[in-house]
Amino acid sequence: MGKTDHPSSLLHPRWGEFIIESLIRVLAFSSIGFVILIFFFLVREGLPIFWETSLDNLFGTRWYPTFGLFGTLPLILGSLLVTVTAILIALPLGVATAVFVREVAPNWAREILKPMIEILAGIPSVVLGFFGMTVVAPLVREVLGAPTGLTAFTGALILAYMALPTIISVAEDALDAVPRSYRDAGLAMGATQWQTIWRVVVPAARSGIVTAVMLGLGRAIGETMAVMMVTGNAARMPLTLDSLFRPVRTMTATIAAEMGEVAQGSVHYHALFGIGIILFIITFIINAMAAVTIFKKPRRGGLR
Amino acid sequence: MMNRHLVQRLGFILLGVISLIVVLPILFVVGNIVVQGIGAINWEFLTAMPRSGMKEGGIFPAIVGTLLLVLGTAVVAIPVGIGGAIYLAEYARDTLWTRILRLAIINLAGVPSVVYGLFGLGLFVLFLQFGTSVLAGSLTLAIMTLPVIISTAEEALRAVPGEFRLVSASLGGTRWQGIRHIVLPQALPGIITGIILGLLRAAGETAPILFTAAAFYLPRIPRSLLEPTMALPYHLYVISTQVPGMPPRVQYGTALVLLTIVLSMNAVAAIIRSYFRRRREW
Repeated sequence: MGKTDHPSSLLHPRWGEFIIESLIRVLAFSSIGFVILIFFFLVREGLPIFWETSLDNLFGTRWYPTFGLFGTLPLILGSLLVTVTAILIALPLGVATAVFVREVAPNWAREILKPMIEILAGIPSVVLGFFGMTVVAPLVREVLGAPTGLTAFTGALILAYMALPTIISVAEDALDAVPRSYRDAGLAMGATQWQTIWRVVVPAARSGIVTAVMLGLGRAIGETMAVMMVTGNAARMPLTLDSLFRPVRTMTATIAAEMGEVAQGSVHYHALFGIGIILFIITFIINAMAAVTIFKKPRRGGLR
Repeated sequence: MMNRHLVQRLGFILLGVISLIVVLPILFVVGNIVVQGIGAINWEFLTAMPRSGMKEGGIFPAIVGTLLLVLGTAVVAIPVGIGGAIYLAEYARDTLWTRILRLAIINLAGVPSVVYGLFGLGLFVLFLQFGTSVLAGSLTLAIMTLPVIISTAEEALRAVPGEFRLVSASLGGTRWQGIRHIVLPQALPGIITGIILGLLRAAGETAPILFTAAAFYLPRIPRSLLEPTMALPYHLYVISTQVPGMPPRVQYGTALVLLTIVLSMNAVAAIIRSYFRRRREW
């Protein structure tokens, strides 16, 4: 221990503490400031769209910026189609993998699975998009016999894998939080381990699994690069049954693809920020709902 | 009725098969990019400027650009993130404000990357007039990285047993002395892991730098923080979608370099975590 620890801080211990504590508090609460700033600047650049064009146009079915048509409906539905399909694929895969890792897998399998899933979480979105373009899309085209492999389904497939690490790790935590006594009770009643898992453990972890799905959903709907590279980006209403196997355009891809080409301050520019506002609000709601379950978790640590 | 032990056996096999379905594509993605990209990697590719419309030469400016952006992100995100984590783990009581703070952090973690791009464009590029620059991109990435660092660092601080703090307090240490000399050193491996995971995300993201930092083609190193830069993820996007007739060798090579940077950061984080978990004293 150096002499700086005691003598000097004994002179003005309260001042030192006060300054440090204040600094830490400011750093922490800056996060709230950032959320407000994000919302403020989205609104500042995006709000004018609501008086520059009619609501009919904004919620219309045609997105043709060059003709002054800013119907966001095909983009919103496009995002929904891709995201919901992705979650429908990822949910069973994710929960089954979490159950396998947590409840069933022998140690050696766990030691392989967990790092692999971490690797998946680390692969950049643009790399998965590139892989999707060069490998998955041609495969989808072959299998479907469609004119192009760049479809909503291709996007959903890639997105499902991008949402998997989130779903698996949160679901795993939820299973982990189920007390051992629940499992013991199930087994003591004469149930097999399989029955105990599906009738006792998984139902007990239900709220955590819902959180996992919400967070996966939030991640999927905001995903940009991979989706933009593999979905074909045709802004049309995905209303027919085969839309899943046709090109589609999401909100995120529209912003990313078009923002580079618009004049700052134009109607089109404001419209893209308007889509940003919609995205921000959607993800805010999804994450706030997920947060409700997170708040219920007991915490430890600190000196109090 | 089927024998329930047989059901269990089949069920476990099914779970194993599903886990394989999850894992095999990951191996395939990484393997595919390594096998196709390794041929492109040589000294020139890593250290030369791009030539002939990016179809030849190297990707040096993109590599340097990504490193610059990560460095800039680190300078901002590390102090703010650790400060936030210390507050949440050591000082915060369960008040309304703390809950709002937690909600804000969860929300920051969930904001879509492209929305960060819009925000960075609105605040840093236009309002503060940094222009499309390394500075604007780094600040945007830093705010995006913040929640990752805060939540992992908080987790690491909370894992330090309460007794450590009690002993420090009982020896007459103030709360900050306890944190500075006892809790932080104990939590350091976990905090470093969190920092690496956050920076790794910053290194791989494209959407936040699309309108804040990235240059389509700029065959030199940026001269100041106020200049735009090439960056690996954006470069991969450009050469795989915007430039017709791009040789796949160059595309795969770029993907491999980016993947190598990101996955080796991942590996370092994993090594630190498991090494210190084994030798910690509690």
